[in-house]
Amino acid sequence: MRIHLLAFLFLVFSQSVWSAAKIEHWQTAQGSRVYYVHTEGLPMVDIQVVFDAGSARDGAQFGVSALTSALLDTGAGAWNADQIAQRFESVGALFGSGISNDTAWVSLRTLTDKALFDKALETLQTLLAKPAFNEADFQREKNRTLAGLKQREEEPDELASIAFHRALYGDHPYGHPAAGLIETVSKLTAEDLRRFYQRYYVAANAVVVIVGDLKREQAEQTATALLSGLPAGEKPAPLPEVVMPQKASRQHIEFPSKQTHVLVGLPGSYRKDPDYFSLYVGNHILGGSGLVSKLFKEVREKRGLAYSASSSFSPMLRKGPFTVGLQSRNDQALEALAVLNKTLEDFIAQGPTEAELTAAKKNITGGFALRFDTNKELASYVAMIGFYELPLDYLDTFQQNVEQVTVASITDAFKRRVDPQLLQTITVGAAGKSKQ
Amino acid sequence: MNKRLLIAALLCLPVFTSSAETKVSEQILANGLKVLVKEDHRSPVVVSQVWYKVGSSYEPGGITGISHMLEHMMFKGTDKHPAGEFSRIIAENGGDENAFTGRDYTAYFQTMDKSRLEVSFELEADRMRNLKLLPEELKKELQVVYEERRMRTEDKPRAKVEEYFMATAYANSPYKNPVIGWPSDIENYTVADLEAWYQRWYAPNNATLVVVGDVEPKAVFELAEKYFAGLKPSEIKPLKPQDEIDQVGLRQVTIKLPAKLPYILMGYKVPSLKTAEQEWEAYALEVLAGVLDGGSSARLASELVRGKQIAVSASAGYGLTSRLPELFMLDATPVEGKTLWDMQSALKDQIAKLQKDLIANDELQRIKAQVLASAVYERDSAFYQAMQLGMMETVGLGWKKVDEYVDKVNQVTAEQVRDVARKYLVDDRLTIAYLEPQNIQSSTNGSTKKGDK
Repeated sequence: MRIHLLAFLFLVFSQSVWSAAKIEHWQTAQGSRVYYVHTEGLPMVDIQVVFDAGSARDGAQFGVSALTSALLDTGAGAWNADQIAQRFESVGALFGSGISNDTAWVSLRTLTDKALFDKALETLQTLLAKPAFNEADFQREKNRTLAGLKQREEEPDELASIAFHRALYGDHPYGHPAAGLIETVSKLTAEDLRRFYQRYYVAANAVVVIVGDLKREQAEQTATALLSGLPAGEKPAPLPEVVMPQKASRQHIEFPSKQTHVLVGLPGSYRKDPDYFSLYVGNHILGGSGLVSKLFKEVREKRGLAYSASSSFSPMLRKGPFTVGLQSRNDQALEALAVLNKTLEDFIAQGPTEAELTAAKKNITGGFALRFDTNKELASYVAMIGFYELPLDYLDTFQQNVEQVTVASITDAFKRRVDPQLLQTITVGAAGKSKQ
Repeated sequence: MNKRLLIAALLCLPVFTSSAETKVSEQILANGLKVLVKEDHRSPVVVSQVWYKVGSSYEPGGITGISHMLEHMMFKGTDKHPAGEFSRIIAENGGDENAFTGRDYTAYFQTMDKSRLEVSFELEADRMRNLKLLPEELKKELQVVYEERRMRTEDKPRAKVEEYFMATAYANSPYKNPVIGWPSDIENYTVADLEAWYQRWYAPNNATLVVVGDVEPKAVFELAEKYFAGLKPSEIKPLKPQDEIDQVGLRQVTIKLPAKLPYILMGYKVPSLKTAEQEWEAYALEVLAGVLDGGSSARLASELVRGKQIAVSASAGYGLTSRLPELFMLDATPVEGKTLWDMQSALKDQIAKLQKDLIANDELQRIKAQVLASAVYERDSAFYQAMQLGMMETVGLGWKKVDEYVDKVNQVTAEQVRDVARKYLVDDRLTIAYLEPQNIQSSTNGSTKKGDK
């Protein structure tokens, strides 16, 4: 489910690195931004190329970004899907691709031994520069996507997520599901994908991230080689600002499940938000810190109403969702929703206590290093800094920024940014209409 | 590109990557607690895990899921640290923590800054022997576990299929029961049940403490001695074997649930590494799983998803680290216009091919390359390394098996893969479950418009 994935990324991204991780940054001749961290100890490297080509760039063709990404490794240059897969897998390399609301990305994890590395890199470079978008591959992947969209309707959490984004964003590019809708995906053609690719998979719109055991010179060559087949192109226009909902709303989707899935929220925070740290630390106390958050205590520890209850900000280019969620058995879902709302309202009205803030700061800063103690996590972190153009010292100043948050700054930020009068509420389950 | 050269480069890697820092140090305290330490100095972090030899496969009928329930209750306090304190202290020290229960183990973990290892040891040692089980806490937590079951199983058609499938495939092996437990068992746990389960299994001589991270083994052993040595061992009575009776014919089950897509799940009874008469059989099954589903170039993706285009998705899997005999699993969703019957034939054709023809050298080399590379990638995560050690030790294989894995897979031949396919992937060992989707009635109301339907 997208919400949870975002919440997870948020946790990973929102922490900092011990001083050893030094981010080096440069720009290629064609205008791509490159971010590189040299890590030692293992003969491997994680590479990502990130484009501003996520589902927010779908236009009216919901799902075109996702399907374009899915087609990349099904044919490129002279190779078909089998040959591409064999090229990566015969050298033990791991290729991945995917999209979020903001981004389309490809990733490569490979060993750094030259013969192995060169083969993996050449393959990735070809996928980026010469994807085929063959009709046969397109039809197959489209059918698989359509099957996935159909299967999505089996799952109440998926239905809740779709309705939630629609309630928060309406016709804004963040309002539709990243994978698209059955009626929009059915109409897509291979030519639509080709056009999307040509518009957005260009050097000026690319960010390259290299984290691993490569020397600076190798990293420079790698970045240049990777994008050498792409035209310079240009960056797309900025996404429109998010328009806040005008009033609170409540929607129930009747579904034959044992649990009712509850989502409450509104458009929350964006990556360069001046309120970011106050909102982040505040949310950590409210529902972001797992087993010790206020929501978890109120909903689960005190009342046993749910297995999971949490809240998150998912900052994006524009205001990403602030999401509070839980699942509870149908006949007590309204009680659980009431506890959720009360906890949220109390927090907005009163803010945290000094003791809660101190505990949160200890947790966040004390766990500084372990938030990205793997190459993979560090690479994701650097990709976030690179794509959203956060300061290169973001990691070094992270703890300091957390320390500067006060009870007053949290209370003020939540009051301004989480207006209970604008909250959108979605319930999906067999609660029945009468219980509204 | 010269394939031979690439493989040669890969084969050199273990030599290149192995060094003193990957060694595991072991010490057993006088009370029987086994302590394993692996140094990883890449970041100033330490993972600490306590593994107990108990899980759902240890449970008798009527209290299935009690190991998992007890895992939840382990956060509910001792005399020294009342309910909530454990998590609060770990959080204040910047730690991440949680726990997980499987068929053969229950494990608790903290990831912390390396300077805080002592905090984790003190708390884990305390709850190893001093848990306080209170009726009012159990009452609430029962509801939580029931919600967990609804979330993980009841509302997920494919998870339900798997539950019915296991209950069909096994006649009397405890692997027939879900880890989370059957609904009426969950509803009827008592404090006395949990107390008895805790007393029976939670003791230093039934546990392994695994520490991986930026630490020195000697210092870790001293800390372990300080906090755990005072705990009394228990007499751990051996488990009854509960050997699965022989399957003597194909088993099939149809499952009707509200769902949108049909789905097939197949499982063949096979040995695990622990139960295999000859070890190589388990490694050959591991390679066989790789032939079918070790990436996008493997046979299921290449021949069924692309190629014949009969499957939306198809996968195969085998876990060699089980305590008891396992299932070699295949599952798939047919494309629109194809039936579960078509899907089943296609999967069985794949099995038949493995029994008839030797796998190509390319395929074998590809799998070996992937295994070698994974051995490097896995070391990126201290948590994963600790998991491997803890699991191997807890299922009774011993942690040294972790180090043997790459070599043993490397020794597997194409003939061995064909031989295990012939011996084990046969109808008399097969169980098949079919999900027949039933119509989902859903409707929307509220103050905003409906989503996409």
